Amino acid sequence: MKIANMLRGFTALGVVAGIFTLTTGCESMIVFDPKGPIGAQQRDLINFTILLCLIILVPVLLLTAWIVWRFRDKKNNNAPYQPIWSHSTKLEIIWWGIPILVILVLAIATARYTYALDPAKPLESEKKPVTIQVTSLNWKWLFQYPEQGIATVNYLVIPERTPIKFELTSDGPMNSFWVPQLGGMIYTMSGMSTTLYLQADEPGNYMGTGANFTGREFAKMGFTAKAVTQADFDKWVTEAKGSGNALTDEGYQKLALPGISDRITYASIPSGLFEKIVHEYSMSRGAPPGITRKAQTLSGEKAAEHTEGGQLPPGNNAQKDVHDMGNSGQSNHHMDGMHMNHGK
Amino acid sequence: MIDQIKDFASWFFVTGDPLIYGADVAIVLTMAAIVIVLTYFKKWGWLWREWLTTVDHKRVGIMYIIASLLMLFRGGVDALMMRTQLAFPDMKFLSPEHYNEVFTTHGVIMILFMAMPLMFGLFNIAVPLQIGARDVAFPFLNSLSFWLFFFGAMLFNMSFVIGGSANAGWLSYPPLSELTGSPGVGEDFYIWGVQISGIGSLMTGINFIVTIVKMRAPGMTWSKVPMFTWSVLSSCIAIIVAFPVLTVTLALLFLDRFLGAHFFTMDGGGNAMMYVNLIWMWGHPEVYIVVLPAFGIFSEIVATFSKKRLFGYGSMVFAMISISLMAYFTWLHHFFTMGSGADVNLFFAITTMIIAIPTGVKIFNWLFTMYRGRITITTPMLWTIGFIPCFVIGGMTGVMLSVAPADFQFHNSYFLIAHFHQVLIGGVAFGYFAGLSYWWPKMFGFKLNETIGKWAFWTWNIGFYVCFMPQYVVGLDGMTRRVSSYGWDTGWWALNFISTIGGFLMGLGFLFQVWQIAHSIKFMEKDTTGDPWGARTLEWSIPSPAPMYNFAMTPIVTDRDDWWEEKERIAAGKAPKAKPELEPIHMPKNSPLPFIQSICWFIVGFGLVFHWLWIAIPGFIGVAATMLAHSFNYDTDYYIPVDEIKRMEAEARGGV
Repeated sequence: MKIANMLRGFTALGVVAGIFTLTTGCESMIVFDPKGPIGAQQRDLINFTILLCLIILVPVLLLTAWIVWRFRDKKNNNAPYQPIWSHSTKLEIIWWGIPILVILVLAIATARYTYALDPAKPLESEKKPVTIQVTSLNWKWLFQYPEQGIATVNYLVIPERTPIKFELTSDGPMNSFWVPQLGGMIYTMSGMSTTLYLQADEPGNYMGTGANFTGREFAKMGFTAKAVTQADFDKWVTEAKGSGNALTDEGYQKLALPGISDRITYASIPSGLFEKIVHEYSMSRGAPPGITRKAQTLSGEKAAEHTEGGQLPPGNNAQKDVHDMGNSGQSNHHMDGMHMNHGK
Repeated sequence: MIDQIKDFASWFFVTGDPLIYGADVAIVLTMAAIVIVLTYFKKWGWLWREWLTTVDHKRVGIMYIIASLLMLFRGGVDALMMRTQLAFPDMKFLSPEHYNEVFTTHGVIMILFMAMPLMFGLFNIAVPLQIGARDVAFPFLNSLSFWLFFFGAMLFNMSFVIGGSANAGWLSYPPLSELTGSPGVGEDFYIWGVQISGIGSLMTGINFIVTIVKMRAPGMTWSKVPMFTWSVLSSCIAIIVAFPVLTVTLALLFLDRFLGAHFFTMDGGGNAMMYVNLIWMWGHPEVYIVVLPAFGIFSEIVATFSKKRLFGYGSMVFAMISISLMAYFTWLHHFFTMGSGADVNLFFAITTMIIAIPTGVKIFNWLFTMYRGRITITTPMLWTIGFIPCFVIGGMTGVMLSVAPADFQFHNSYFLIAHFHQVLIGGVAFGYFAGLSYWWPKMFGFKLNETIGKWAFWTWNIGFYVCFMPQYVVGLDGMTRRVSSYGWDTGWWALNFISTIGGFLMGLGFLFQVWQIAHSIKFMEKDTTGDPWGARTLEWSIPSPAPMYNFAMTPIVTDRDDWWEEKERIAAGKAPKAKPELEPIHMPKNSPLPFIQSICWFIVGFGLVFHWLWIAIPGFIGVAATMLAHSFNYDTDYYIPVDEIKRMEAEARGGV
């Protein structure tokens, strides 16, 4: 059967290629190549869990192969046949017991690491942490450096060996901030601010990405986290401040419109912009101006199509909310109450 | 006027994509072909009397299975379109919008419109027969459940040619699924398609719990209930608690979209994370809902083809029931990264790990069922053996994911994708394929071709590893789920390309299955014994296919594997069990109401999707009218006289 042979060759090729890439691919997997203390501990934890799981996995796989081979129905198979044998308390205790022990060990390790690697827990360091306020936008990342008074879009420069305190929120669909080589991810959510501490141990360019799906240009939400020496960082800050391009409130409104963006550097930022972004959602009754506008722009082409024939876009009552525009942000509020987790 | 119609049409129908135009043509041609064939062979009356109005659990089961296999095709084509798009960096095969629609549809269809109905199909085929019942507890409701699923699925499926598909992911997280993120009708199609079929699922859960609790044959105490029936019971317990949560969640999302409420929008006092919590309170038990019956199937098959009693019956039952209960305490592991703090994460990490224990124990019990048995490698057994390594590896990566601080590096990456496909394909799909080929002779009276079946198994199995093993690697290399393309600089292309090859191998496996079925229909060897596998439970004691009343005489159960023990007694020369006298059999009458009522629900859903109350309200009236009509119908049953039973039994056993 020709097709059968072809198929066999084809699958064999696939398997060989698969094994090849699995074994060679390991060196390049960035999660296993961390460049910071958080990432390193997470890698250790992953390795530990893999080893622990293999204690069960390997014997089970070998046992499966042996049992299927040994007890297959074949003439002259002299293996014992006991069709009635269906209970053994001893065996049951063994295979309930071993997984319970393994899970117990794993649970203890997990408990330790869960507290140790709590994203909101400050890193121990002699250096004062640098705060970076991250906002995920449709479909770009805005990074504000409140202490330096500058901001960037779609790239990040951080000093090495310095804890970075990321404060994260979203002005749009929720996203997830992830720089694998520095450590794990955390969600960015509108109306809330989450905290994530990371640190880079050596200079380098690290891939960063948005991990939670946000719509059309989600795939374009990659960014680079560039770790540099303290001197280079200070130099970069000075250069950025001198670049002359200021981020204004109006400029932010424009930036927040749906669309992709190149890298941008801003020499200055309006004070309290990050807090304002968080508040806009959490304090408003009815849709704030930004979100209404986005509803219209997002529907863009389709909305235009729909309205041409005198047909209102089905379900799109965004216009209704325009009347509520003035009401946003009127009440008094406490910023801290809205933080999902607090830096301790 | 003409311009207006044109504008309307260009908005109402999805335009601008050659793939969609192709689908349009295919849909029209298929519909025309069906109409022509039915008319030419004068089969309309037959279709109506024998199938559309039937309340027979076996026929309902067959319709579930046919519908789910069609959905498997649709979901599979979606998968291959995605894999094609991702085969090379910067591919232009699908636009980002189209890609988003395709992966959303793939997820919804595979879980809700493929796995669930295939599972319900097997419930319907096997459970009443296994427990010696004549039908399910509520045959009318059973038919209604099926038609609600069917029309819910159709409503969801038509969105890609009419109005536009949902594109916010299979669980439609807000705010992306709110009007701000998804202004079109796609999300409403999602809400109503899932909602209508979800009501059907809930009713099936109730129906089977009552069936199993109340309709077991005399003598079948809880310790003699077959393992598949136990698994169905544990799955249905999970269904009746989980599905109301889904119904409420989607209803709230609809209120947000339709009435401008703010349950899940951050503005106006709502909270998107509330939705994420709610949807996973349904979504995580849902995973166990679909996998538990597969565990039951494996238990039946392992015992049958090892010619040995199932090892550790009590342990198995305990494991399954505890899984179905613990499934409610694990939902938050789907968003460890939301920043809820260490206490919360730790609680859910540990509950998730604990659930791995009973799941793992079952593997040992299956292995030791084979141990000291005599294993025949038939296709159902092959799927079962193939399942074990696949599920063990998938379980291991699941435990890795449950470690909260490590999950920060896996979450939303291809590592996660590989993990859940491994447990859902290796566990659920393999299990249902095993069950399908196992019970096929009982459904249709002939076996599926073994050789082609083995080809199907090997291409599926090898294709699976080729497709998903590279995804673990590429996930650890930082590739996140749902990206519609990636750059050459990422270094992901080789792994993705291999993965795509694997995807197409699985597609080939599906074609083998289609060929297997077609070939077996053409060259069928009739099963005259009613027990082609030498199996153990009651369903194999009656002729294949099962007569409409299942058991001419209600069986009296005395043993756990009752049919096997009976065969042993006969082989040992002892007298078989005494059979009671034939009595007239009480049967439910067919009814067109489930079909009609489900069409009315479809109309309601369609009207609400487009916010056209002039369509939705008549639909609601139709639903109410059919409900009233049924509640005033007292002519719902009849008796088959003894002479008729004798004639039918003789006919069914004619070949013996």
